[in-house]
Amino acid sequence: MSTSTKSNYDRSAAALRMRRISKSFGPVQALSDVSFTVQAGTVHALVGENGAGKSTLVKILAGVYKPDSGSIEIAGSVHTFDNPNQALAAGVSMIYQDLDLAEHLTAAENVFLGNELPGKLPFTVDYKAMVQKTAELAESFNFKIAPTAVVAELATGDCQVVEIVKALARKASIIVMDEPTSSLSESEVDRLFEVVRNLRRKGIAVVYISHRLEEIVDLADDVTVLRDGRVVHCESVTKLDIPHIVRYMVGRELTEFFPSRSVKLGNVRVRVDNMSSANRISNISFEIRAGEIVGVAGLVGAGRTEVARAIFGIDKKTSGAILLDNQELSIDSPSDAISCGIALLTEDRKRTGLCLGLPCAWNVTLPSLEMLGMKRVINPARENKIADALARRLSIKWQGPQAPGDSLSGGNQQKLLVARWLLAEAKFMIFDEPTRGIDVGAKKEVYLLLNNLAGQGKAILFISSELPELFGITDRILVMRRGRLVANLKTTETTQEEVMHLAAVEQNR
Amino acid sequence: MNKFLRQMLPFGSLVLIICVLSALRPDSFLTIDNFLNVFRRSSMYGIIAIGMTSVIISAGIDLSVGSMMALCGMLGAAVMVGVGGADPHGMSLIAGTVAGVIAGTGCGFLNGLLITKLRLQPFIVTLGTMSFFRGIALVMKDGQPINVPSYKYLSEGALLHIPVSIIIFAVIIIAAGFILKYTRLGRYTYAIGSNREAAFHAGVNVDRNLVCIYTFTGFLVGIAAMIATSRTISAQPTAGLGAELDIIAAVVIGGASLAGGQGTVTGTIIGTFLISFLRNGCTLLGISTNAQLIVIGMIIVLAVAVDQLARAKTRTS
Repeated sequence: MSTSTKSNYDRSAAALRMRRISKSFGPVQALSDVSFTVQAGTVHALVGENGAGKSTLVKILAGVYKPDSGSIEIAGSVHTFDNPNQALAAGVSMIYQDLDLAEHLTAAENVFLGNELPGKLPFTVDYKAMVQKTAELAESFNFKIAPTAVVAELATGDCQVVEIVKALARKASIIVMDEPTSSLSESEVDRLFEVVRNLRRKGIAVVYISHRLEEIVDLADDVTVLRDGRVVHCESVTKLDIPHIVRYMVGRELTEFFPSRSVKLGNVRVRVDNMSSANRISNISFEIRAGEIVGVAGLVGAGRTEVARAIFGIDKKTSGAILLDNQELSIDSPSDAISCGIALLTEDRKRTGLCLGLPCAWNVTLPSLEMLGMKRVINPARENKIADALARRLSIKWQGPQAPGDSLSGGNQQKLLVARWLLAEAKFMIFDEPTRGIDVGAKKEVYLLLNNLAGQGKAILFISSELPELFGITDRILVMRRGRLVANLKTTETTQEEVMHLAAVEQNR
Repeated sequence: MNKFLRQMLPFGSLVLIICVLSALRPDSFLTIDNFLNVFRRSSMYGIIAIGMTSVIISAGIDLSVGSMMALCGMLGAAVMVGVGGADPHGMSLIAGTVAGVIAGTGCGFLNGLLITKLRLQPFIVTLGTMSFFRGIALVMKDGQPINVPSYKYLSEGALLHIPVSIIIFAVIIIAAGFILKYTRLGRYTYAIGSNREAAFHAGVNVDRNLVCIYTFTGFLVGIAAMIATSRTISAQPTAGLGAELDIIAAVVIGGASLAGGQGTVTGTIIGTFLISFLRNGCTLLGISTNAQLIVIGMIIVLAVAVDQLARAKTRTS
């Protein structure tokens, strides 16, 4: 393992030293001989494709799994963790992608959850002191949070800050962040980066897992690349650029990351006219031609997902019309939308996408049973065959059509959803953050897929928080702010800066 | 432990219980009469358990089945007596039977409607209707049973020497197994139980399917109620008291998960027989009804604990 020399920080002390960690699950070797060292006061990025072993490694660090061999050294002393509490006590705090907060409690209550400051009477807690301590801690790191705010009412970015303060309250010296930016808007990301830099300044070691390589180049000091359970590279970030990192991750160079767009646009397929819904959005109008990919940009809370929900019949429309191939549609529920030929790949494939406990084939055919002539009787053999053919077409990796959805990796789950809507023969497909939390290789496949779908004459609405991918594959970009459409731009005639500005800055009229 | 073994676990326990009882009480246990007796009891609760299986797969629960059973029996018997006098015969018995089954269907429909339209949790709704149905059954004749002395066909009647109730049970097993496995209603039941939001986003009409599931369960309760009435040749307002617990236990022992999305008719039948044989065995071994509660309670927790453990093993290995 090479040690970096670039530094403005005191690197004498290794906050964490994981040595020769191996771990297998049954026949699967998840990690082999992984060594991982993080210096205090640095941000160390951990990258790798899905299934490379990142989560296993940090779960071992957090005491969730026990390694088969190898040792963990924190600030010079060796630890073995039998459970997460021991890791917490040793100063390791995990901040998971799906935050671990009690929604109905206040920020301060969450910060001291399980660790409450005792009140004067036995069995009571001193809420005032907890609020004050929370404020002090946040203050000392230059964070802005309201200790008495109820977590459910906070934005995702603020929730993360609460998680971080919670870690600090437990005197964490090592903070592991798993995909922290995947559900943040650009401005929230900037704020989070400030928070992370403040942590670094105070000598905390941050392990940072992300699929967004731009962030890593921007934020991290060192980067360790895992592939197939082994460390393939470890170096200071200053010596690496994104193509290099990608090459280490996939073991090959992804030359053309975005497919070239050369689709000839057809007639107007979709027209949304002056649509408003009870859920935040008002007076939305746009058109999509056959073969066109239209992106939707905007900050979190700008109403992008709400547009999709209104079209798909989840939120009640208060006005406006949706036309598909010049026919006005009346849609009051997802089943109406589906029978009209509209598909929605929701942003949260776990919550609103897949039935993870059920077989893959069932997930694929769920909206299409009637169309497949299985309105009365389901033919499982035929169903499996249909799903199998789709899996081959999309190169989905699974153990078979009857394997449960949760046995697939994130990228393959996403493809399973794509298979579902391909089968449903949708003419208008809405993709809401389809590349969230999937690895670069899978991302590239999703882009190719979108491109192919457009090539077949489908109209595609592509909602994304990542500007590079919007610019990589769309023909036009709609920019939303506060529930309204503020711009409709040709992708080739605009810049990321312009879109960001439109999305983030209130215009003076 | 592999998946197949895990699924065979309840069946294995069932075989084990039968073997142990055969060894301990060969004279009284291993008789056709005793087995028919166990089968009859199983068929009555098993029919309801099959409905409960679909409810539990959809991530719901129906606590009202026991009370519903009493109400259906009372209404059915009331129609018999109303049409045919003190000792109803023939058509009046048929009319009453149909009335009882319709009553069950209606009760189930009411449960489904309350759950979906008022957006209430099934536990709360059926806790309410459990009390509500029992109350009506008790108030009807001021707590007195209704006697229907000639209503014997469903309990004593036989086709080709097989008791009618067992034949009805078999038909329902096949029909329900088919519905769950080979129809959209069944498929949607699993989908709703596994992830209700995802099912909705995939175009499943969640409310309509849930109403169907609870109505179907009510229909089955109606049938079971009439078999119970026939067994005692009277409708008891206290019939099925606490039955919901035996039934839910049977379904869960059969491998269904209260979290939804899991469960099979086969599993439920095995679970039902397991409990029936246990109760029967306890009786033959001279364990009092009161002490049986202790045994049954321990078995339920043990069975589910072992199942969970096996499940966790299959997941990580």
